[in-house]
Amino acid sequence: MSKTRSFFATLAGIVVVGVAIGALAATLQKLGNPANMGVCVACFTRDIAGALGMHRAGIVQYLRPEIPAFCLGSFLAALIFREFRPRTGSAPVVRFVLGMFAMIGALVFLGCPWRAILRLAGGDWNAIVGLVGLIVGIAIGVQFLKIGFSLGRSHPSRPVVGLVMPFVMVVLLVLAILYPSFGEEGKSALFRSASGPGAMAASVGVSIAVGLVIGFLAQRTRFCTVGGLRDVILMRDFHLFSGVTAFLITAFVMNLIFRQFNPGFEGQPAAHTNWLLNFGGMMLAGLSFTLAGGCPGRQVFLSGEGDGDAAVFVFGMLTGAAVAHNFLMVATQPTAPYIVVIGLIVVGIIGLLGREKLASVR
Amino acid sequence: MAEQIDARGLSCPQPMILVRGALHETSGSEVMVLVDTMTQVHNCSRAAQKLGWQADCQEKGDAYEIKLTKASSSSM
Repeated sequence: MSKTRSFFATLAGIVVVGVAIGALAATLQKLGNPANMGVCVACFTRDIAGALGMHRAGIVQYLRPEIPAFCLGSFLAALIFREFRPRTGSAPVVRFVLGMFAMIGALVFLGCPWRAILRLAGGDWNAIVGLVGLIVGIAIGVQFLKIGFSLGRSHPSRPVVGLVMPFVMVVLLVLAILYPSFGEEGKSALFRSASGPGAMAASVGVSIAVGLVIGFLAQRTRFCTVGGLRDVILMRDFHLFSGVTAFLITAFVMNLIFRQFNPGFEGQPAAHTNWLLNFGGMMLAGLSFTLAGGCPGRQVFLSGEGDGDAAVFVFGMLTGAAVAHNFLMVATQPTAPYIVVIGLIVVGIIGLLGREKLASVR
Repeated sequence: MAEQIDARGLSCPQPMILVRGALHETSGSEVMVLVDTMTQVHNCSRAAQKLGWQADCQEKGDAYEIKLTKASSSSM
């Protein structure tokens, strides 16, 4: 029936969208976004946390329009295709904690799964170590899922539950466009980096347009970087993985065209060469994303189609970014090794305690 | 009566895990799956089709009902 067949649900659909996202990400880099960062969901959420004054790392403060545009693009797609379904109730507080640790792990590596792929496409070989960590983290998450891990069911809810996140994102988008100062510049929000990655950005209009397109397409295809790897490990299903592969290959080709491909381990933009931390950070991120049901991009898209639990996860990521920078947990900062170990223990306990015998077969 | 799976409200990939488990275990030729998002309609249909089952979906109130039929028995 037509419900099960639409172009976006096909293999061709997910591959086309992977190609589109890869091309748009590399193009945004060409137009000013930070190198090998393109549309990194973790980095840009972290930049937003900085712009709002939740952390004071001066080089990564910018209210990135891409993230609100992702959510609103997904919101529009969900409305148009009658898929906007307000729902919540699947262990929101646990999702908040998972969002925090997913972000903290990603910032130890310096990038979410999206950026790991973009870094690899740009020739940053440290990303290989990160991706191996990501795969190990996802594989551990899959083991938890196999023994019955579940955060429980969400339930249909009132429209307001689904509208909160799109509303917050509209506010953020307006702030990103107007960029007002609420007090003395540099001392009160909105903050804006004068140098570093936070000062590198494509124009607001282009960022919004690209964000809306990606959000729309990703909602239609359910594009998910973590889901792609998870489904291969769990059931040898290569559907989402095909989109992720298309994303990687296209970004790589576009980087070659734009002369943005610089292979090597040393001197890569916004990266470090500590193998253990690159591995461990992404392992923590991969495990956290898997237990929460999807990658950071997917969580943002879900929050746009009415999923209040995914919205809580996104707020957890925002908070995690602030905590990571305020407590020096980022990259090779002093607290990073400790928080990776603590995070793996905490998320591991969540995985073990979350075992549930679902009364699903009736 | 066909076996019923209620996968409403579950996050990825739990509905797919339930469907795969049920299709591996069942001796029948028909399984009904209840989900509440199109994402899970596509996921569960794909998981079933990979195991050689046919999927047919109907909207049912706030949810979707997917009828899975063993492909080899469809002509029976």
